[in-house]
Amino acid sequence: MIALKRDRGALVLSFVLPLAFFSIFAVIFGRQGGGTPTVKLIVVDQDQSQASAALVKGLQSESSLVVMMKPEAKSKSAPAPADYTAATAEAAVKAGDAPVALIIPAGFGQHPIAFGPDAGGSTLELLNDQSDTIAPQIVVGLLQKAAITSMPSAMADEGMKYADKYVGGFTPAQKAKVDEELDALRKAEADGKTGAGSGDSGNGNSGNGSAGAGIVAVNVRAVVGENKKSPMISFYAAAIGVMFLMFTASGSAGALLDEAESGTLERVLSTRVTMTKLLAGKLVFNTGLAFVQLTAMFLWGWSAFKLDFFSHLPGFAVMGLCTAFAVAAFGMLLASACQTRAQLGALSTLVILIMSSVGGSMFPRFLMPESMQKAGLLTINAWAIDGFTKVFWRDLPVTDLWPQVAVLLGVGVVLFLIARRVARRWEFS
Amino acid sequence: MTASTQMIEEGTALEVDGLVKRFGDLTAVDGVSLTVRAGECLGLLGPNGAGKSTLIRSMVGRVRQDSGRVTVMGKAAGSTEARMALGWVPQELSIYPRITCRENLGSFGRYYGLKGQTLKDAIAWCLHWAALEEKQDDVAKTLSGGMKRRLNMAAGMLHRPKVVLFDEPTVGVDPQSRNRIFEMIEALRDAGTAIVYTTHYMEEAERLCDRIAIIDHGKIIAEGTNEELVEKTFGRRSQVLARFDGETAAIEAWAGRHGGRVKGETAEFTIEQAGEIAPLLDDATKAGLELEDLTLRRPNLESVFLHLTGRELRD
Ligand SMILES: Nc1ncnc2c1ncn2[C@@H]1O[C@H](COP(=O)(O)OP(=O)(O)OP(=O)(O)O)[C@@H](O)[C@H]1O
Ligand SMILES: [Mg+2]
Repeated sequence: MIALKRDRGALVLSFVLPLAFFSIFAVIFGRQGGGTPTVKLIVVDQDQSQASAALVKGLQSESSLVVMMKPEAKSKSAPAPADYTAATAEAAVKAGDAPVALIIPAGFGQHPIAFGPDAGGSTLELLNDQSDTIAPQIVVGLLQKAAITSMPSAMADEGMKYADKYVGGFTPAQKAKVDEELDALRKAEADGKTGAGSGDSGNGNSGNGSAGAGIVAVNVRAVVGENKKSPMISFYAAAIGVMFLMFTASGSAGALLDEAESGTLERVLSTRVTMTKLLAGKLVFNTGLAFVQLTAMFLWGWSAFKLDFFSHLPGFAVMGLCTAFAVAAFGMLLASACQTRAQLGALSTLVILIMSSVGGSMFPRFLMPESMQKAGLLTINAWAIDGFTKVFWRDLPVTDLWPQVAVLLGVGVVLFLIARRVARRWEFS
Repeated sequence: MTASTQMIEEGTALEVDGLVKRFGDLTAVDGVSLTVRAGECLGLLGPNGAGKSTLIRSMVGRVRQDSGRVTVMGKAAGSTEARMALGWVPQELSIYPRITCRENLGSFGRYYGLKGQTLKDAIAWCLHWAALEEKQDDVAKTLSGGMKRRLNMAAGMLHRPKVVLFDEPTVGVDPQSRNRIFEMIEALRDAGTAIVYTTHYMEEAERLCDRIAIIDHGKIIAEGTNEELVEKTFGRRSQVLARFDGETAAIEAWAGRHGGRVKGETAEFTIEQAGEIAPLLDDATKAGLELEDLTLRRPNLESVFLHLTGRELRD
């Protein structure tokens, strides 16, 4: 008890941290009204038939889907953008605007229903991003549901003779049953059996494959990450890397506190070195340290898990340095805001773990609810991970990293300036 | 810098003029003025909390003074030139505990802008000066207390400053190390360095310092050589210390009649001639006091301090 009293930081930590975590994970997983995350779905209707319109309408009525027929307008005044085409939809998935795109091919209206893969009906095409293994499964499931519930006339035309055999009538009870099964699927997925924990998200329907065991035939095609040997490795290298970088950076910046306590800081400030020079020197050193740590992490990923490191060197260098800089400045701010090492330990654990959970270092952000994803943008983790994902996952050119670079560098500069201001308390008495 | 600084005296290394520093309601340094010439050692003698360290830290430029001015070799304290002309040995040990002596000196040398051979030479000189050559590869926290003190001193000497400020360098040091430290300081002084030496041991001030400033409650209450201070305070007079067995009230009444003061069981007087002692003792006998011990002595710094402040230098 006395030990706890003496170390107030630890006391706060042991009470606040569990509560904070409980709340964060409760928000991520435990929203009321079902456990599915909302999935953004791009829909391209090349058919423009009654049947396709009905299918789209059915999908739109699903609460767990956000159906996008056209890109979001850049601003209110800008002219409304054109509807997605197959090409722009694929590009949008590649750029990470949405994890899945559905293409309803021309002629779908003639033969919408295909009982079994080889029944000769039109095949829907689903383009997906391999990093999100859950979204396509949800969409496939909901597609079947939408097909059943939204296209009864097509059903009647095309599937009359099969209807009794495979589906039976469409009583409310049966609709409910379909819903129930989909719910079960969603729960299983949201419980994290897929994606979150496993580095290898092979999961059966990675790569090209057909998920045609339903009413409508769907061909799932990965457009991002289709050639990756181990899809999630780069994500975790970045996600885990950034989190530990933060711990290292704050620990290393804590040397400042040791120096203040041992009196060497004051002595150093009596030499030609000024506070600004001293802090800048430490910032450079800690940035280098963080970069080396990140490099070691990715090299390990390359040697042990076949992470495709060497073909992404320029992107890695850019993202690595920006991340290291932001993280080093963040560590300096934490250290200069604290009085003792113990306080720094407590505060940094608290802040870093919260930032890491919200910012996607523990659980991919695209699986979080919308509001949580937005909150994540306040963290260094999110921007760093997004940048590394662009490099290693989407194979985007270095020039596409500008938003992440700008934010990380900007954050680094601002945090450093604040740290410099806070460090004034050591400067003179 | 200014004309007046140059006019004051050729060889003035450090000058403090009307310095005031307040911490909230507390005035730690209260209008101090003093100068130190090259090759001179000025002692700052004062009790705990007198403001010695605060005064020293304003000379380094580590304290924002409320008014007054400090110049080091003609440059304002805190400027780069002043920092480079000044060596500071803080009262608290300020060394990196987890690295070796040599690495400690190397770190501070680089902070002073030294590198390459110059740095190596500076480290070698400091190790020699502090007699730490044999211990140069020992980790600082494994050194003995006296050695740590010496390393603490050496760490302020790498850039061979013209003015050196020692803030109680002998605190908690055994007599052997203390002698070693005195020798180090004497070597510097003989080489022409201006030195400010802070202490509350009057023997140290007497041995090392050419001039002594007595500081109390942030004010310099007397300044001069050891002899001057005694002379100024006591003239040609001597001190008589008499210890009695008897009631305190009676002792105090008797001492009061003769202009003395009582501390514990000892009464203290200052007298012009030895002949004054006999009447004192006669009167004591009449008052029924029994003499236990009698001392006649030439006043020292301690007596000066006691006389000026009414308090002992150390409690
Ligand atoms: N940073 C500070 N903030 C507030 N008060 C201070 C500060 N530094 C010193 N003081 C106060 O100023 C007064 C003078 O302190 P200082 O350290 O200068 O005394 P000193 O003569 O060096 O004493 P000692 O012999 O114990 O070292 C003390 O009352 C002290 O409490
Ligand atoms: Mg002091």
